[in-house]
Amino acid sequence: MTDLNSSGLTDLGVAAIRSGVASGDFTAVEVAEAFNANVAAAQDALNAFIVATPDRAIEAAQAVDAKRAKGEALGKMAGVPIGMKDLFATVGVQTTAASHILEGFTPQYESTVSAKLWDAGAGMLGKLNLDQFAMGSSNETSYFGNVVSPWRRNDGGNAPLAPGGSSGGSSAAIAARLCPAATGTDTGGSIRQPAAFTGITGIKPTYGRCSRWGVVAFASSLDQAGPMARDVTDCAIMLEAMAGFDPKDSTSLNLPVPEWEKGLNADLSGKGVGIPREYRMDGMDADVAKSWDDGIAWLKDAGATIVDVSLPHTKYALPAYYIIAPAEASSNLARYDGVRYGLRDLPDGSNLQDMYAATRAAGFGAEVRRRILIGTYVLSAGFYDAYYTQAQKVRTLIARDFAQAFEQCDVILAPTAPSAAFALGENTEDPLKMYLNDVFAVPASLAGLPAMSVPAGLNREGLPLGLQIIGKAFDEQGVLNAGLAIEQRANFTARPGKWW
Amino acid sequence: MTESTYRIQGATGEWEVVIGLEVHAQVTSNSKLFSGAATEFGAEPNAQVSLVDAAMPGMLPVPNRECIRQAVRTGMAIDAQINKWSRFDRKNYFYADLPQGYQISQLYHPLVGEGSLTIDADEKAGLPEAKVIGIERIHVEQDAGKLMHDQHPTMSYVDLNRSGVALMEIVSRPDMRSPAEAGAYVAKLRQILRYVGSCDGNMDQGSMRCDVNVSVRKPGDEFGTRTETKNVNSVRFVMATIEHEAARQVDVLESGGKIVQETRLFDPGTGTTRSMRSKEDAHDYRYFPDPDLLPLVLDDAFLEDCRNSLPELPDAKRARYEGDLGLSTYNASVLTADVETARWFERLLGETATAQGKQPADVAKQAANWLISELFGALNKLGKSLEESPVSPASGAELLALVGKGTISGSIAKQVLEKMLETGDGANAIVEREGLKQESDTGAIEAKVEEILAANADKVEQYRGGKQALFGFFVGQTMKAMQGKGNPQVVNEILKTKLG
Repeated sequence: MTDLNSSGLTDLGVAAIRSGVASGDFTAVEVAEAFNANVAAAQDALNAFIVATPDRAIEAAQAVDAKRAKGEALGKMAGVPIGMKDLFATVGVQTTAASHILEGFTPQYESTVSAKLWDAGAGMLGKLNLDQFAMGSSNETSYFGNVVSPWRRNDGGNAPLAPGGSSGGSSAAIAARLCPAATGTDTGGSIRQPAAFTGITGIKPTYGRCSRWGVVAFASSLDQAGPMARDVTDCAIMLEAMAGFDPKDSTSLNLPVPEWEKGLNADLSGKGVGIPREYRMDGMDADVAKSWDDGIAWLKDAGATIVDVSLPHTKYALPAYYIIAPAEASSNLARYDGVRYGLRDLPDGSNLQDMYAATRAAGFGAEVRRRILIGTYVLSAGFYDAYYTQAQKVRTLIARDFAQAFEQCDVILAPTAPSAAFALGENTEDPLKMYLNDVFAVPASLAGLPAMSVPAGLNREGLPLGLQIIGKAFDEQGVLNAGLAIEQRANFTARPGKWW
Repeated sequence: MTESTYRIQGATGEWEVVIGLEVHAQVTSNSKLFSGAATEFGAEPNAQVSLVDAAMPGMLPVPNRECIRQAVRTGMAIDAQINKWSRFDRKNYFYADLPQGYQISQLYHPLVGEGSLTIDADEKAGLPEAKVIGIERIHVEQDAGKLMHDQHPTMSYVDLNRSGVALMEIVSRPDMRSPAEAGAYVAKLRQILRYVGSCDGNMDQGSMRCDVNVSVRKPGDEFGTRTETKNVNSVRFVMATIEHEAARQVDVLESGGKIVQETRLFDPGTGTTRSMRSKEDAHDYRYFPDPDLLPLVLDDAFLEDCRNSLPELPDAKRARYEGDLGLSTYNASVLTADVETARWFERLLGETATAQGKQPADVAKQAANWLISELFGALNKLGKSLEESPVSPASGAELLALVGKGTISGSIAKQVLEKMLETGDGANAIVEREGLKQESDTGAIEAKVEEILAANADKVEQYRGGKQALFGFFVGQTMKAMQGKGNPQVVNEILKTKLG
């Protein structure tokens, strides 16, 4: 491995970089420089980063190299430069949630998750683009322009494609080898759907595994951070570094962090895999249906028993999600008012109310405004019970569906998204069509369950498709293991041709 | 329980006033309800603001155990139901002193349920009988910050020191029927809070404020429409608010108008209330459960700890003073009125009993009388409170021991107290130095008595002729001749014998 040139280094994942740095095959600084170069070269074409922080990546790498030289123990992520979704507060580095209202906002504090990653020896390549306040499925709601997927259809048309959302900067950057791994957050599919669209792997752990402290909130009861990387092992390593109880987050799980990497085991003998019949919808994309069947065959091959299960309230999940998430968002985003930080629009002679209106009209994009309006409406007097209370009941029923299904199986297998990546602009006029992208992802979010997407193959257009594994609460290991079994059999080696 | 006879005489007959109070009491705690920031009164603006209090992006609330403990103890002190399961809700509205854009409160599931307190009979105050006032609930919530309008010609400044400080909202039933009852309720509640130590009750510093709900009706009718007068900050103003508001409502109704359900403000300058906003302009607060917080679940050990830490409460203490210590109702109620007074008295009582080698019950009257009739008066003249008294309970006990043992008389004790307050010296030292020891030697007193009787032969004649009232004159003359140092008992006995 000593003769790796820089482009070779950027082909490596988390585990390979960590072991190469630890064994002295290359230095952490060499790795950081290689990725820094890729970040810079791809920025104009892909727009994956809002801010690049090459110096931070180098500083962290130098620290790791120095530690190694002194013979000190190295952390779980030592020498691995990563991308940080711009929803995580980072000390001294602008944190925007891809919004105008937070443009220029530089926190004096570090999110718990990013702090844990730096402590584990990771370095920051930059802040990754996303849908504004993580609201979107295509990355088109970013104030800083959309991310372009590195993937293209095989029709020669070169239509720019969506990298998925909201963690679209993360997915595009990993697929394009701008970083070996990145943080994502998932409220209703924001890790899994972009992972599926770009042929990478991403896991949303059980709600509460990763601290939300210092992560710009979208919908508190759903938001959950997780790793995105090129394979299951890398996700396990990075999740171990991110997870853990945080007394600063009341919803944080007070449980020890399992050794997921050590526990990886693709032998599924004795395990049951549930196939939810309600997910097989009329008019399902044929390629998606085929990849699902492939997944079933692979898991059978890995020793699992396939079980038909029912999640009867699935069809109510998306409507319930689009009540609960906007309701929480409408309240969570009230703090962006122009008073203390961020954008302030104070027209001449205006009063406080005028300032609020002007600031928030200018500072929030159309999709964010839409969701604030929906959320405000469903919480308002006279509508609260009909919408919010009802949606919470649905949420309870969905959680019960899963609990009952998990009496018959250990994990559930389903497609991640109803289709492969769509073209940018294709769904922007029809929010409902856009929301439907999350139809398979949202139920696990509402139930707070761990769920991951692993690449399953390419569709007839040459675009990646993902398979989703949903596990029992706290059983990330079961999810990772099933993911690993698929990974080993899918043998997904496709990568986007470099056109940028 | 009899109904109060307080009535407003209108042109159409008598009107009854119905009053309910919502008292906001700032919880005594070193830190805020959901952040670690300090809560001291009077700090520099914005010196006690954490990232959570300023609602920075990604910040999360974590409940402060001490604040919950204090609210539970308060609930126990009013014999209320403590809800082992309660929940925090968000009350959403925009204002510059509310950084989150919502107040974390408890609408649906408060910490403390149904309780009550008893206001005592007080003829002078217009309360012929004791009365039980129902308390509907106590919930905990965040206080807002403060706007400062006098710092800049065109802008308002925001001080967030108070933002996030814990409040208890104590909501009474509409059980009060006169300003006197309402005043007594606030005073009694304040007394209990101070005993429990859950609120300092400093109304002038705003740590206890009242929202006063008032309506009027013809006796026996249904409740009328009420108005709510906000943030009234003294017992006197609460009573003035009710008097003015009830009279205003009677005027409106008798001239054919209707009472508008509205929020009003009390103007201490004029003693009147004025409209702030009507129900139509009322905010839609869009209450919903705070998704950043889990339900608050209290275990038995916590409740047990709360109960065990409760002090003797005023009603029990007063009963004990009357029953076990044999104090008069008046003295018992004066000594228990404020927790600091009771504390001072009990130290004095303990020291006095020890100094005289007696049981507390045997010296209680002496101690109580001296504290109430001597020390209070003396301190009053000096403009000092009991807490600022230059005479400590121990030195008070020293003085009382001199009286108890007959070393000095009660009237000499008054002089000694004055000297003690002046010089800070102890009673023994002063009595020694000034030669104030009482003369009990029968021979010396007999000699003086004979001198006096000889010099006032005419009066002796009159006395023996039946003018018994002259006895006091002989006592006075004898004491005067002995510079007050004659033992009054001995003087009396000798005089009686001599006058035969």
